[in-house]
Amino acid sequence: MSVDVIKTDAVIIGAGPVGLFAVFELGLLDVKAHVIDILDRPGGQCAELYPEKPIYDIPALPVVTGQELTDQLMEQIAPFGAELHFNERVESIQRTEDGFRLETDAGTPFECKVIVIAAGGGSFTPKRPPLPGIEDYENTSVFYSVRKMDAFRDRDVLIVGGGDSALDWTLNLQPVAKSLTLLHRRSEFRAAPASVQKMMDLVDSGNISFKLGQVATLHGDNGRLTGVTVKGPDGTTFEQPTEVMLPFFGLTMKLGPVANWGLNLEENLIPVDTEKFETSEKGIFAIGDINTYPGKLKLILSGFHEAALMAQAAHRIIYPDKKLIFQYTTSSSNLQKKLGVK
Amino acid sequence: MARITFIQPDGTENTVEAEPGMTVMEAAVKNSVRGIAAECGGACSCATCHVYVEDDWRQATGEPEAMEEDMLDFAFDVRPESRLSCQIKVTSELDGLRVRIPEKQF
Ligand SMILES: Cc1cc2nc3c(=O)[nH]c(=O)nc-3n(C[C@H](O)[C@H](O)[C@H](O)COP(=O)(O)OP(=O)(O)OC[C@H]3O[C@@H](n4cnc5c(N)ncnc54)[C@H](O)[C@@H]3O)c2cc1C
Ligand code: FES
Repeated sequence: MSVDVIKTDAVIIGAGPVGLFAVFELGLLDVKAHVIDILDRPGGQCAELYPEKPIYDIPALPVVTGQELTDQLMEQIAPFGAELHFNERVESIQRTEDGFRLETDAGTPFECKVIVIAAGGGSFTPKRPPLPGIEDYENTSVFYSVRKMDAFRDRDVLIVGGGDSALDWTLNLQPVAKSLTLLHRRSEFRAAPASVQKMMDLVDSGNISFKLGQVATLHGDNGRLTGVTVKGPDGTTFEQPTEVMLPFFGLTMKLGPVANWGLNLEENLIPVDTEKFETSEKGIFAIGDINTYPGKLKLILSGFHEAALMAQAAHRIIYPDKKLIFQYTTSSSNLQKKLGVK
Repeated sequence: MARITFIQPDGTENTVEAEPGMTVMEAAVKNSVRGIAAECGGACSCATCHVYVEDDWRQATGEPEAMEEDMLDFAFDVRPESRLSCQIKVTSELDGLRVRIPEKQF
C-alpha cells in the first residue's frame, strides 16, 4: 500500500509559538508550509506547560497568557492556510535529489525543499515512572498511550494516575477490558468533574475497582507483566495482579528523533549561524528554543526574530531566480493581499 | 540569608545560601544542585523539582496548596513529606532547612 506523499515548500517541525510564527514569515514570502507536532494542539510549551500563566515580555502585549498567545498566533497565521498535523512525530529526514523527504511515526510521508526545525526542548513524551525494569515491559504490558482499544480487549488492565488521561482511559477501556482497576495516590482527582463522577458510578456498580496507592515494584517475566506491588497510603504494601499497566504521569520534553538526523549538536541543541539560522545541513533551518548561537536567549521574542531571517533564506532556496524586495505589511498592497486584508 | 541543605539519595549534602523571596528550587538550580530538574522553571506544572522535607522542618515549610497537591500526582514516590521545591518560598525562618532529593525526578 502506498500512502500519498504530501508535497510542499517547507515542513515546520514543531507547532510551538516559534513554529507557528514561521508559517507567517514564510507565508509573506509565498513559501507554503505544513506543520507537524506530536501534541494534539498548537502552542508547544505555552499551551502544554503554562496556558494560564501570564507572559510579560512579548513586545506590545503588556500581558498575555500562554494560551492567549497561541490563540492569537493561530489567528495571525490563518490567512496562509498552512495545514497542521497533530499527534504525529517526525521520525526521519532524508535528502532527496531536489530537497528532503520526511516521515512521521504514523507513516505520513512529506516532500519539501526546506525543513524548519522548531522543536523547542524536544518532543513532548509521556513520563516513564522510574520503576526498575519497566523498559522490559514497555509496549508488551506497559503502555503510555492507547493507539488501539482492541489491544486491551478481555485483558486485566491497571490504570495509574488521577488526571484527565487516567480518567478518560478508565471510562473508555472499561467496556472492553476483562477487568479494570484504577490506582491513584489519593482520593482527589485533577480531572473533569463529570469524568470523576462517571468513574465513581462505575466503582459503585462494581464494574471497575478503585485503589489508593503507588506502584513500587513490577512483577513478571519475558516482557509479560503478572502484577505489581503497591504501596498504600499508610505505608503498607499489597499485591495487585494485572496483565497490563497504563501509567499516566504527564508529559516531559525529550529531544527524541532530532538526535538521529545527522545534524551537528551541542548539548542537545542545534548550532546555527545568525544570518540564516541554518544548521550544518544546507536547507535545514533551526529556530526557537532548539537552536544555539553565541548570545542565544531562549525567549519567544528571539524565536520570532529568527523566523523572520530564516524565511528570507528559505525564499532564496525555493525561488532562486526571484529577487526579494523588502516590504512593510503596513504599506505593501502585495503583502496585504496575502494577508487577506486588501 | 538562609542556608538550605540538599541531601542526595546517596547521602551527600550540599548546603547553599538563599535570599529570602527566592524559592528553594531556584536556590538549588542557581547552585547547580544535582537532581532538581525544574523543567517548567517554577510554574508548578512539571513536578520535576520534587523534594522530601525533613520531619523537623515540615511545620515551618507548611502544607502544599491545592495546585501543588494536584501537580504532585505527576511526581514519583510521593510521601507525606513531599513538596515541589518551586512552591517553597525562602524566608529567614527557613534558615537551616534540610530537604532530601528523591532517587529520580521521572
Ligand atoms: C513556565 C515557563 C514560562 C516561560 N515564560 C516565558 C516568558 O515569559 N517569555 C518568553 O519569551 N519565554 C518564556 N518561556 C519560554 C518559551 O515558552 C519558549 O521559549 C518557547 O515556547 C519556545 O518556543 P518553540 O516554538 O521554540 O518551542 P516549544 O514551545 O518547545 O515547541 C516545540 C514543539 O515541537 C514539538 N516537537 C519537537 N520535536 C518534534 C518531532 N520530532 N516531531 C513533532 N513535533 C516535535 C514539541 O512537541 C513542541 O510542541 C517560558 C517557558 C516556561 C516553561
Ligand atoms: S519547577 Fe516545575 S513544578 Fe516545580
